[in-house]
Amino acid sequence: MERFWKLLKSAPPTAIFGLLVIALYVFVALFAPVLAPYGESEIVGPEFLPRGEEGFILGTDNLGRDMLTRLIYGARNTIGIAFVTTCLAFLIGGVFGLVATTLGGWVDQLLGRMVDVLMAIPTLIFALLILTITGTSIPVLIVVIAVLDSTRVFRLARAVSMNIVVLDFVEAARLRGEGTWWIITREILPNSLPPLVAEFGLRFCFVFLFISALSFLGLGIKPPLADWASMVRDMRTLISFADPTPLLPAGAIALLTVGVNFVVDWFLHKTSGIRDEK
Amino acid sequence: MAKILKMVAQRLALGFLTLFVVSLIIFLGVELLPGDLAEAILGQAATPETVAAFRREVGLDLPPHTRYLDWLGGMLQGDFGRSLANQREISGLIGVRFANTLFLAATAAVIAVPLAVSLGVLAALYRNTLFDRAINVVTLTAISFPEFFVGYILILFLAVQANIFPSISNVSADLGFWEHVYRVMLPALTLTLVVVAHMMRMTRAAIINLLASPYIEMAMLKGISRSRIIIHHALPNALAPIINVIVINLAYLVVGVVVVEVVFAYPGLGQYFVDSVIKRDFPVVQACCLIFAATYILLNLTADVLSILSNPRLMHPK
Repeated sequence: MERFWKLLKSAPPTAIFGLLVIALYVFVALFAPVLAPYGESEIVGPEFLPRGEEGFILGTDNLGRDMLTRLIYGARNTIGIAFVTTCLAFLIGGVFGLVATTLGGWVDQLLGRMVDVLMAIPTLIFALLILTITGTSIPVLIVVIAVLDSTRVFRLARAVSMNIVVLDFVEAARLRGEGTWWIITREILPNSLPPLVAEFGLRFCFVFLFISALSFLGLGIKPPLADWASMVRDMRTLISFADPTPLLPAGAIALLTVGVNFVVDWFLHKTSGIRDEK
Repeated sequence: MAKILKMVAQRLALGFLTLFVVSLIIFLGVELLPGDLAEAILGQAATPETVAAFRREVGLDLPPHTRYLDWLGGMLQGDFGRSLANQREISGLIGVRFANTLFLAATAAVIAVPLAVSLGVLAALYRNTLFDRAINVVTLTAISFPEFFVGYILILFLAVQANIFPSISNVSADLGFWEHVYRVMLPALTLTLVVVAHMMRMTRAAIINLLASPYIEMAMLKGISRSRIIIHHALPNALAPIINVIVINLAYLVVGVVVVEVVFAYPGLGQYFVDSVIKRDFPVVQACCLIFAATYILLNLTADVLSILSNPRLMHPK
């Protein structure tokens, strides 16, 4: 605990800002039903009420739902879905990456070439193609994005574990007759963790922005679920009347990714041991 | 020299192989549709006769490999088939839009590349000063912003409040060049903000990386000024990675236009693509996918070839 505080004290202001932002978002996401004044898709008033009128602090949206409530629930849905997707991407990419290095040979070659082809197509284009075929629903969205994103995790996991597989203690474990799975989880994984943790933050940002882009295009999270990017899409006409309300959910997305990026930046500096020389 | 030609040839062959595999994936993706295209389009209510007639009309009764070759052959000759939504020739609808998209991406690149490289050099020059830190924070923030957020902020301030640029980039072929540039300014600026950060950070990193090398130390010991060292000694050697990053970002630009085009209602390929995805207009989606993927792959290929050509160390591999 004491070490933790010491670490926090040594953090640059940007990282502390990032940590605070993340804590705030997690809090809002967890306690959304308690914090929100109305139900998630409850219609409570006339459409497009301006801010502050009739007791709606942020006004109402295009269907007369309370903006503040939608924003609070949006934290839960948008972040939750992005988080699950990132975890799945890490599970797929991490497992295949570690398996590829541990087994080597044709398994490694085959997986490597498959990833090459997947990465040759821009993610957004590929995702749009698949979503045209499968139609959009949340489970499909999560699986598609996780698989597409796992290619990056695969590359990193493979690159990192490549340096560990050749070390003596792995060889020793092999000679002891340990199984592949044991070697992966007990020897290789713990030693390749720091870069993977940093990558988790970056991938989360990417997935989060990616899902937001899809939702903004009308192909991601669908109503009645509250989602920030869809809110921007629904409210975007207000911009031309100089009303900045649609920027609130967009700003909510931006603030979180900025926060996570700041923390990752700090973490990378700490773990990589890179010090900018004077 | 023969070696380098071989490397480039290998890289090109690999690139075209990738293109081929990608076209196969795009084609097979639609094949995997539950039932087939005819059923998906005509819906549950269609009688078996209508479905069969439709299959014959579109050529769905032929075996897949024949259709793939037909499709690919058509694509290569600029014949993209017909849109399901309005039965019009896709090539006629796509040509102008693709030109618009390239125009937007090119405008953004013309602004972004010089800006990113000079900011990167400046940041390397004034490393660890307030200027460098500020730029670091600003670029990190810019990378984190969703494109539509940047777009709408620009619309709010530059179009609605200050009224400098139009908020909707409505272009048509009869506009003059400068009028065209003026109308795409906001989307181009949005794209610029999104890509500059990455390019600038890589430029800075490439130069700083070189500053640790002995020949730079030698130059410093000779008492040459810092700016001269960076511009005359470090920059030429950092060009290879910088060119690579620039071309990769250009590839990103061509794809990144999709969201920005929707924000500004710009009549480019990206918006057409998204509309077709929503309508599930498969032939158009396939055509757009292929065009975007091909542009992306070809630009990345260019980046690879350029980095082989511009790196003397790659010319003499061990």
